[in-house]
Amino acid sequence: MGSAPSLGERDYVRGGATQTAVKILVVGHFAVGKTTLIGSISEIEPLSTEETMTQAAESVDDLKGVQGKTTTTVAMDFGRLTISDRVVLYLFGTPGQQRFVQMWEDMARGALGALVLVDPERLADSFPVIDLIEQYGLDYAIAVNHFDGAPLRDERALREALDLLDDTPVVTCDARDEKSSAAALTTLVRYLLDRTR
Amino acid sequence: MTGHDGWEPEAPELVRPYVITKGRGLPDEEHLSLITLVTASAEDTRRPARLSPEEQSLLDLCSAGYLSVAEIAGHTHFPLGVVRILLASLKEGGHIMTRPPVARARPADKEILEEVLNGLRAKFG
Ligand SMILES: Nc1nc2c(ncn2[C@@H]2O[C@H](COP(=O)(O)OP(=O)(O)OP(=O)(O)O)[C@@H](O)[C@H]2O)c(=O)[nH]1
Ligand SMILES: [Mg+2]
Repeated sequence: MGSAPSLGERDYVRGGATQTAVKILVVGHFAVGKTTLIGSISEIEPLSTEETMTQAAESVDDLKGVQGKTTTTVAMDFGRLTISDRVVLYLFGTPGQQRFVQMWEDMARGALGALVLVDPERLADSFPVIDLIEQYGLDYAIAVNHFDGAPLRDERALREALDLLDDTPVVTCDARDEKSSAAALTTLVRYLLDRTR
Repeated sequence: MTGHDGWEPEAPELVRPYVITKGRGLPDEEHLSLITLVTASAEDTRRPARLSPEEQSLLDLCSAGYLSVAEIAGHTHFPLGVVRILLASLKEGGHIMTRPPVARARPADKEILEEVLNGLRAKFG
């Protein structure tokens, strides 16, 4: 901690005085490609913020009157995309651990929606993530991250496995590719817009 | 799924940030959300005060333009909770101005979503 890093002009929000900031969450289980997707779209080098979380220790210590604590650090990474002179979009990558309630509330509050990254080889790992997104009442689209060699199941089987509603969009994407990532995001935003009609 | 097994953001008074933040409480979350945009105010609106080195470094960072609260945390590597407290103190002293995100309202959402959709199409085809 200490002196401020020196930033370039491009690090600052263009036209910040008149901008409305909005955010979309990019969620998914461990190593599914969240950071890669954010990095491929973001106009800034993706950043991360940390929060130190503590948990009071279990009862053994309490009996002895000792206040034990367990500490862990959770990180979320994010990128930015200036949409226009009026709207700047932030993309927050959120790990699918549901135990960090406080962090999730922070992330979900006011979010436009969520893009859920899914690896077709590890569908079961996505169940808790989708539960969590639904729990926070966020509208979402599924982006099937197409890892090399991973056989893409047909969409119907995937929908069934993930127990999706009929109108929930499912797209495939390669998170390393800017256009592909942007297309997944566009699908989500179009869906969110449809939901307002 | 209930999902709460007792993890809480570390209370600032337990750690070194206590020193940085002089033990102030946590600020109103709505006004310093992750995507609230922050910039330094004009010099003459600032109340004279002696700033801590950490407050000063945040103010320096914000003096060349707007950054979100999350970006300020990302660039400084301060924990988010600490950044919020420092920014709340800077705001209290008139050192910074903030632009909180608009409250969510359905019609406003629609306009914003249309703008985002058009922007994405224009940028990425
Ligand atoms: N082939 C292929 N590899 C990918 C794709 N997306 C990500 N990867 C690779 O998968 C690995 C994990 O990607 P990350 O973006 O770090 O995943 P993450 O979800 O941020 O991971 P955690 O933050 O650790 O949960 C990296 O080595 C990426 O290069 C993809 O679409 N195709
Ligand atoms: Mg990551």
